[in-house]
Amino acid sequence: MSERDVLITGLGLVTCFGEGPEAHWSAITSGEAEPRLDSTRFAPYTIHPLPEIDWGRQIPKRGDQRQMETWQRLGTYAAGMALDDAGLKGDEEACARMDMIVSAAGGERDVEVDGAILEAARTREDRGVLVNEKLTTELRPTLFLAQLSNLLAGNISIVHKVTGSSHTFMGEEGSSIAAIQTAAARIRSGQSSHVLVGASFQTEHPDMLLGYDLGGFLEREGWRPLWSRDQGKGGGVVTGSAGVFLVLESRARAEARGQKAYAAIRNVVSGYADRPLGGLTAEITRMLADLELPSGPLLAISGASGAHEATTAERDALSAGGDIAVRGIAALFGHVKEAQFPLAVALAALCIANRSAVPPVETGVETLFDGVPERVLATTIGYHRAEGMALLEPA
Amino acid sequence: MKMTDHKGRPQVAVTGLGIVTSLGKGKSDNWAALTSGKSGIHSITRFPLDHLSTTIAGTVDFLEASDKGAGALTFQLADLAAAEAIEQAGLDGRIDAPLFLASPPVEIDWNARFALHAAGVEGEGCNRLLDAARRAENHDLFPASQFGTIAEQLARKYGVRGLPITLSTACASGATAIQLATEAIRRGECERALAIGADGSATAEALIRFSLLSALSTQNERPEKASKPFSKDRDGFVLAEGGAALVLESLDSALSRGAEILGIIRGCGERADDFHRTRSKPDGSPAIAAVSAAIEDAGMRPDEIGYVNAHGTSTPENDKMEHMSLSAVFGERIRHIPVSSNKSMIGHTLSAAGAVEAVFSILTMREGVIPPTINYDNPDPAIELDVVPNVARQASVSSVLSNSFGFGGQNTCLVMAREPV
Repeated sequence: MSERDVLITGLGLVTCFGEGPEAHWSAITSGEAEPRLDSTRFAPYTIHPLPEIDWGRQIPKRGDQRQMETWQRLGTYAAGMALDDAGLKGDEEACARMDMIVSAAGGERDVEVDGAILEAARTREDRGVLVNEKLTTELRPTLFLAQLSNLLAGNISIVHKVTGSSHTFMGEEGSSIAAIQTAAARIRSGQSSHVLVGASFQTEHPDMLLGYDLGGFLEREGWRPLWSRDQGKGGGVVTGSAGVFLVLESRARAEARGQKAYAAIRNVVSGYADRPLGGLTAEITRMLADLELPSGPLLAISGASGAHEATTAERDALSAGGDIAVRGIAALFGHVKEAQFPLAVALAALCIANRSAVPPVETGVETLFDGVPERVLATTIGYHRAEGMALLEPA
Repeated sequence: MKMTDHKGRPQVAVTGLGIVTSLGKGKSDNWAALTSGKSGIHSITRFPLDHLSTTIAGTVDFLEASDKGAGALTFQLADLAAAEAIEQAGLDGRIDAPLFLASPPVEIDWNARFALHAAGVEGEGCNRLLDAARRAENHDLFPASQFGTIAEQLARKYGVRGLPITLSTACASGATAIQLATEAIRRGECERALAIGADGSATAEALIRFSLLSALSTQNERPEKASKPFSKDRDGFVLAEGGAALVLESLDSALSRGAEILGIIRGCGERADDFHRTRSKPDGSPAIAAVSAAIEDAGMRPDEIGYVNAHGTSTPENDKMEHMSLSAVFGERIRHIPVSSNKSMIGHTLSAAGAVEAVFSILTMREGVIPPTINYDNPDPAIELDVVPNVARQASVSSVLSNSFGFGGQNTCLVMAREPV
């Protein structure tokens, strides 16, 4: 034990299953969790949609809400929940010294304006002029700000007053693997005492699906069990929307204020396999070795996306890596891109805190885990690049 | 020589520098132009100018990727700067260390969208793009849709170790890349790191978006005169492109392999602003806190700073706020510290700016020449600064404060020194 151990003292969670740690824990442990799906809105794609959200609960000013599109609202909302959960919401002194690392891509473009330009381009040769003409007259200034990657962090500063530092990492799952790894390293080195870290992903927008299917990654014939998607015709990924934020805090700071922690992050490792060269399984195996896993049965909350190559490599490496009971959470929540690793870590923390394992999501493929999980592994192997894992233990 | 700083952390040396801006490719061309007061701002030729209120920019038009879209150009700017920096550091083309890349959030561009739309068969508007994606026989457009692509290209080419980090703190991004690299070395995670800021995103859409926020100069008639930081008639920044790279290294590692020490990253300071998405807090407190934090992190006092490489965007708001913040930290002395803005010549290179200006700051100390603030013909009487007006100045500079401020409440400041502690 060290004063600089990295504890998880707050969780903000919004997914298709609702909001908050309790709602998620009861949904995934009831043994009856069914994926919540929408197969019509973006057919032939299936998505895990957001629940109804009363934004005013975390973003009280309507003016602030109007300055954001759903992606930013979702992240700002989940960040507020995490601060609330950690008992730091409204603690201006604590928030002014709090560091923040957000993982983000671009925001939602204006579908109406883009669509109008694309349709008009069918009959016009002067496309450069067309773009200028439409964008200068139809683009809303606020929407530009709603699209800037670092403006999710900017909105969190404005709404929740987190101002110690503000960094935005970009690049799909890898961005949040690096974010959590960096946040933990800052706490371990004494550089930070508390860090807000997380992401949101709003899949209910054609551009967000395009970002996957230009690479042929999406399922196209409805939902199917995660671990057998390589037997279907599609690319294996069914996406979801989610906002997930964690408050990480040094043991010294959490104990000084008597704050309970869900779990401690024992270690975070990242990888960057050169996949075209075939090194993915070896890289995952190397990461497992670096984590120094305990002997005996281990519970793993897997962020596997369903993308064929990455999911197969992870399954192979984990089954060769010891007695590991894997839970593929994307089957329930969809693949939530930048929020995938924070979600896996959050659910692993809930297992530690509740001293209980999540039952198999896919019975027959995922093995039972008996007893109390003393350590829980959280994985995210990017659908296209970047790999990350964290090992959690009781605080 | 002491290997650690006042807080017992490894001192961080600069051992390689690379740069590309509208003034040219490489340090020597850039430095010659910058110190002779030359402007790289010109009328835009890359795309049609119909309906645009701003028609000037500091685009980089002389590269192979200049007309290949924002992603391709941003990569080439980063690539050229990295190659120059790694060569100067004597590392034989391979960095074997982590990468921190500041780059713009680059989306699929309009040319690709039009091509996709034309290839689609069913659906309207954006949904037709998805139809085209499903029918596509290859995945050629996929890399452009991923935010980790540019870093991966650089990582594979230069032997980057581990998972590269791509970051955005808007107009402070380049400084943040240097900050994160410095902090990783200080934490002992690596002996060396590559920090890059690159931005080739001066597209029509970027210009329109910034115009909608009234952020850009519309003084199109004489492009080279439009960027006029600290002048009374300044009316906005000039959008520009560029790339800069720094090889950073623990002093210990640099000396033990016999590398030349080009400068030292002494301190990093930052503070987020919670006031507004595009405007800074009226009392300037976040910027003041960031400047103070950087000087404190460097283990220095304000009176030890010899030159300020200003953010100096030439917007009415920035220059006023920056002057106020500097006055608060330096007091009366600010009127006697040289404060100049590279942006008067190269425009605002956005995600690259903090890195570009850090490279120029190191060169300022090494060469003993302070680049001027050009177009200073009509001083703003409310801003009493020694802006090094119009002509470069010979001066021995041993430490520099470089400011970077960005939309979204981003304030990041770096303190650099000529010599180790």
